[in-house]
Amino acid sequence: MTRLKYSPLNLGRWLVWGGTALLMIVLPLILTAGFTLTLLSQIGIGIIFALSYNMLLGQGGMLSFGHAVYSGLGAYFTVHALNLISKGSFYFPVTLVPLVGGLAGIVFGVIFGYVTTKKSGTTFAMISLGIGEMVAACSLMFPGFFGGEGGVTTNRVIGQPFLGITYGPSIQVYYLIVGWALVCMVAMFAWTQTPLGRMANAVRDNPERAEFVGYDTHMVRFLTLVIAGFFAGIAGGLNCLNYEIVTAENVGALRSAGVLIATFIGGAGFFFGPVIGSIVFFTMVTAVGAVTKAWAFYLGLMFLLIVLYAPGGFASLIAMHVPVIKARLMRRLWLPYAATVATGTVLLIGLISLVEITYHYSLEAETAPEMKLFSFAFKVTDGAPWAIAAGLLVGGFIISRFAWNAVGRAWGEIVHILQDRAAA
Amino acid sequence: MSAAIELRAVTKSFGNTEIIRGVDLAIPQGERHAIIGPNGAGKSTLFNLISGRYPLSRGDILLNGVSVSGLKPFEINRKGLSRSFQITNIFQRMSVFENVRCAVLWSLGYKYSFWHRLGGLKDANLQAEAVMESIGLKARRDTPAGVLSYAEQRALEIGITIAGGANVILLDEPTAGMSRTETADAVELIRKVTQGKTLIMVEHDMGVIFDIADKISVLVYGEVIASDIPANIRGNKAVQEAYLGTESH
Ligand SMILES: Nc1ncnc2c1ncn2[C@@H]1O[C@H](COP(=O)(O)OP(=O)(O)OP(=O)(O)O)[C@@H](O)[C@H]1O
Ligand SMILES: [Mg+2]
Repeated sequence: MTRLKYSPLNLGRWLVWGGTALLMIVLPLILTAGFTLTLLSQIGIGIIFALSYNMLLGQGGMLSFGHAVYSGLGAYFTVHALNLISKGSFYFPVTLVPLVGGLAGIVFGVIFGYVTTKKSGTTFAMISLGIGEMVAACSLMFPGFFGGEGGVTTNRVIGQPFLGITYGPSIQVYYLIVGWALVCMVAMFAWTQTPLGRMANAVRDNPERAEFVGYDTHMVRFLTLVIAGFFAGIAGGLNCLNYEIVTAENVGALRSAGVLIATFIGGAGFFFGPVIGSIVFFTMVTAVGAVTKAWAFYLGLMFLLIVLYAPGGFASLIAMHVPVIKARLMRRLWLPYAATVATGTVLLIGLISLVEITYHYSLEAETAPEMKLFSFAFKVTDGAPWAIAAGLLVGGFIISRFAWNAVGRAWGEIVHILQDRAAA
Repeated sequence: MSAAIELRAVTKSFGNTEIIRGVDLAIPQGERHAIIGPNGAGKSTLFNLISGRYPLSRGDILLNGVSVSGLKPFEINRKGLSRSFQITNIFQRMSVFENVRCAVLWSLGYKYSFWHRLGGLKDANLQAEAVMESIGLKARRDTPAGVLSYAEQRALEIGITIAGGANVILLDEPTAGMSRTETADAVELIRKVTQGKTLIMVEHDMGVIFDIADKISVLVYGEVIASDIPANIRGNKAVQEAYLGTESH
């Protein structure tokens, strides 16, 4: 029962884990755009942070609005530890310095978690918000520790290089992040397979019954939060190493909201959901952010669409295809999907054009009315670009409705076939 | 030996209404005790008091001679008392196996462990399998509890209750809403899984009660009006008027 079987599921699991590790290792060697390493580092740290957040949201059913408290304070303790190490106050290898952040995460998890986890649901959410605000306010009250407006800076290059590793070049820090990300991912997955991890699910689903099988729901939530705080702290420690500066932003509400959005987009109901979510989130922030000021608008729109139409996130969209693939019915979907992608692209181009033109118009219409979009040059003060963009948007919307209906019909048939087969 | 459960002048009020009005009851070890009474008599409330779901207004409850009033449900459960619910109360999104395994973890001492791998817990897994076997849900092992049939969910409800090996078992209307054959199966199941344990059961089905119970207490408007062996309860005039009379024709 407990021995490893080479069933397709286990094979799939190995492929997913191995593939993830391989991708993280080779991607910086393949992609060479200027922001690639920045983006990949953000994603690696984001994965740890979002997975730790999902211990609360997905595994434990706790909607937190203040998870950045743990990563942020972890980052602050790491930055001060690094500065002490470089002063020679004590010795600690830089490779392991994120553990300082993890430890801070545990300590503050114990301090804040005890009250927060007394109740779940709205009460938990509100208290987590309150604590987030409190800590953010402290960052202004105690400039000695939080560094005031400018934050606290540090230098991650300390002592003699070890095997040529100084953590000076970003690529070395990136691989440090990858190492920590993989270790943390495995550890957090392992946690889901422990008694505490399972009881966190039980408390999420039915706290009352959990109490009647011997479990103190408060304790289950509390321990879950402390462990989540540990991993969040590690993410914070890595953030500190990555940027060599820690500012109040690290504990702020925006960070807390970001990790919620990333986790939700990816899918809180699946272990790998937050991994997907971090990839999508930071791609929007950094890669899309590098080309347009409207990135936050697109991110918000995507979040909205996911909440409305795919509340299980991207992971659920992938997962719903697994039985279809197993039943060899994907061929029924390819054509409607291709049509949806084609028509959706028209819709998207229309939407993006309209948004970009609007942004450019409202920000720079007087000074520089010329803009370039999809390699077309035009003036935003002319009517034609607006008309074309609106036309694409409306036209794309209409034709994508047809494609979308075809997708709906194909899925209807597939569900029918699967039900018939299950009944047979 | 002290009684498995002893209630001393137990009283419970919701607002100004007294729902349980000074109940005294001692149930010896190993007895199968049925509690009957009309709807709204306070039977479930009595269970909620014994199991720690609600605090008492007055009085005291002793489990194996030790007071448990004021303790939380999980503390009382850890002392060896387990209960089922009148309205099915299971982990809907988890599989049958996971439901049962969650119910054995604490009693086997795994507590809040995050250093054990569930898959490697031989004792917990074997015990969960054995419980599934005894409640007849082995074939439904990996089915999410939420999609089981009503009778299967009731069986799981009992399975979760007995899985941890508690010595005092409280079952609240375990056969309610079941067909005749399902009821017969449930009676068999209850008899089997409560072997050698103290059982307190709220039940409306007289057939089930006279089949299983060693002793019957009749609760009417929050008071125990009779507590005796089944044969005497059948002949008790006050009981017939208050309760059985309404069902005899
Ligand atoms: N939490 C509560 N708050 C207020 N009143 C309650 C509460 N729980 C139960 N009651 C009231 O106490 C009375 C007894 O309810 P209880 O559920 O114990 O009856 P019962 O004997 O189990 O009935 P049934 O046979 O219908 O299950 C009812 O009038 C009910 O409305
Ligand atoms: Mg009742």
